[in-house]
Amino acid sequence: MDMKEYWKKNVGYMIVLLSIWAIVSYGCGILFVEPLNTIKMGGFPLGFWFAQQGSIYVFVVLIFVYYLLMQRLDRKFDVHE
Amino acid sequence: MEIKAWTYVMVGLTFSVYLTIAWLSRVKDTKGFYVAGGGVPALANGMATAADWMSAASFISMAGIISFQGYTGAVYLMGWTGGYVLLALLLAPYLRKFGKYTVPDFVGDRYYSSTARLVALVCAIFVSLTYVAGQMRGVGIVFSRFLEVDVNTGVIIGMVIVFIYAGLGGMKGITYTQVAQYCVLIVAFLIPAVAISVKITGHVIPQIGFGSSIISGPDAGKYLLDTLNQIGTDLGFREYTSAFGPGNKSMLDVFAMTMSLMVGTAGLPHVIIRFYTVPSVRAARLSAGYALLFIAILYTTAPAVASFARYNMVNTINDKTYTEAPSWFNNWETTGLIAWLDKNNDGIIQYRAGAAFVGKPEFTGAQGVLGQRTISNAPTDSANELYVDRDIMVLANPEIAGLPAWVIALVAAGGLAAALSTASGLMLVIASSISHDLYYRLINRNASEKSRLALGRVMIGVAVCVAGYFGINPPGFVAQVVALAFGLGASSFFPILVLGIFWKRATREGAIAGMIAGIGFTMMYIIQTKFLGMGWWFMGISPEGIGFIGMLLNFAMVIGVSAVTPAPPQEIQDMVETVRFPRGAGMAVDH
Repeated sequence: MDMKEYWKKNVGYMIVLLSIWAIVSYGCGILFVEPLNTIKMGGFPLGFWFAQQGSIYVFVVLIFVYYLLMQRLDRKFDVHE
Repeated sequence: MEIKAWTYVMVGLTFSVYLTIAWLSRVKDTKGFYVAGGGVPALANGMATAADWMSAASFISMAGIISFQGYTGAVYLMGWTGGYVLLALLLAPYLRKFGKYTVPDFVGDRYYSSTARLVALVCAIFVSLTYVAGQMRGVGIVFSRFLEVDVNTGVIIGMVIVFIYAGLGGMKGITYTQVAQYCVLIVAFLIPAVAISVKITGHVIPQIGFGSSIISGPDAGKYLLDTLNQIGTDLGFREYTSAFGPGNKSMLDVFAMTMSLMVGTAGLPHVIIRFYTVPSVRAARLSAGYALLFIAILYTTAPAVASFARYNMVNTINDKTYTEAPSWFNNWETTGLIAWLDKNNDGIIQYRAGAAFVGKPEFTGAQGVLGQRTISNAPTDSANELYVDRDIMVLANPEIAGLPAWVIALVAAGGLAAALSTASGLMLVIASSISHDLYYRLINRNASEKSRLALGRVMIGVAVCVAGYFGINPPGFVAQVVALAFGLGASSFFPILVLGIFWKRATREGAIAGMIAGIGFTMMYIIQTKFLGMGWWFMGISPEGIGFIGMLLNFAMVIGVSAVTPAPPQEIQDMVETVRFPRGAGMAVDH
């Protein structure tokens, strides 16, 4: 029963993180790039910035967040190594 | 010291470091040979993965491609980094817990089938071979440009070096050499980038300089990207930062290509096997984060370099007379990467949209009135007179920025590090597919440890020779099959690996059908559109993006066929269950 709960939590984290992954790259960087480009951030049109810079920064953060969340979850359910 | 002398020093120095590491990390057993003993720290594995992943294409070509494509270049930036999120969340921890040596190991065991194992190993070899040919060519080209040795001699030197450290140390030798290679290539990439950023925008950090204003010259005070957009409009190109529209890829195609590259990344065997080398599931998750961090340092700098290079190039060359062109222009004209055809005979270099002439420059050997190398290609109607190879953007960067000779030499060493590190990782996949998956798992289960290790070394030798052969005699399709490698990774491995972990009900029949349908469709489309001259008939998607459709097809087949075939045996379902929990990952086992 506990294990089912652990797996459900893990899948939940994944869904949230992968949604952010899709929003910054496919959303901000591709689908909505044109409207976002009308907004300027310094010299960067915002959509262009997401496509060539921002999405990559977010990707890095997502992996480390997942690492930390899972480390806590592994401990809580006593399945850590 | 002049550039060539510095290059000998830099290349000699880095190569002796690689060879020393090879000697120190030589191995005596198959576990060391295939998974580096399973004890590589997360940080080291992150660096090694980054070097493994970033090839000559990332180091030399990517910034150049972005420089010419502007916004659309983001396909490569997002595509080649976003795949790591998929790897870290969907694959790496579970494959590590499963704990075998290769990707076909997982496919064969999870889908309880030798056929599935065989299909997987054929895919692994094919993907890796297409890749490795390009890498050896890259090694040869760097040698020939910077050291003025023959391309073929360069390829052979590269082969010998890789054979020594991969043959001696297997995965362990490769891993620690890649750590050193990462350090060389990142320093070589950053130094010119920072110097140019300071020169143009006054910012030390290129990622910030890229969005800042220009500090001197006629455009002083204007934002760099605004200036590039203006230059684009003036010369008849698209605006640098604008997306889609005429002359650009469609939104659907950008979407499909990005997805193909991301999923392809997560399905490439030489990247996946790196996660077998760490000691625990926790370390697998962490090292995926380090890997992407190290990759992101180069990948966020590259688009900055691309914009600086575009600005510099147009500014220093366009509408200048040939006689006042800077010395780097003549240096690279000598190598054939720049060519100028003075169509209107005014002695001034006009750089405009469109190709200046048909095909790659064919030099006649004679010199024009101003000393330029004349070419025999048929001119086009375009007002453009200039041919610029995209690789120049990185290779000539230090010269364009007027940096000292040792920096130029460092870039040569960096290019070699990028090409060699990727080549060695790919060769290990080829060698292990044959010596482990084919020979040990499918042909002779009683082979001794000693004979398996010996065979592994022999196969590295064979892989090096095959790669070298393709490096010396590049088949005309090398550049074109890179799309195939990603398409294959995306449409073959990724769906069955993900479903194998997340869906217990996925069956042997489903996996085999999925792999064959995914690869079959992707290959057919690429062959039709690249070689048989057919149009992009599937919703206007380019062959580079078709792996995305192949992947969807694979997913659909696995799910559909699994639903109508008997469920996997209980022990397989139990195995999937244990893969989901980190405890007990221990060491990789080879049974």
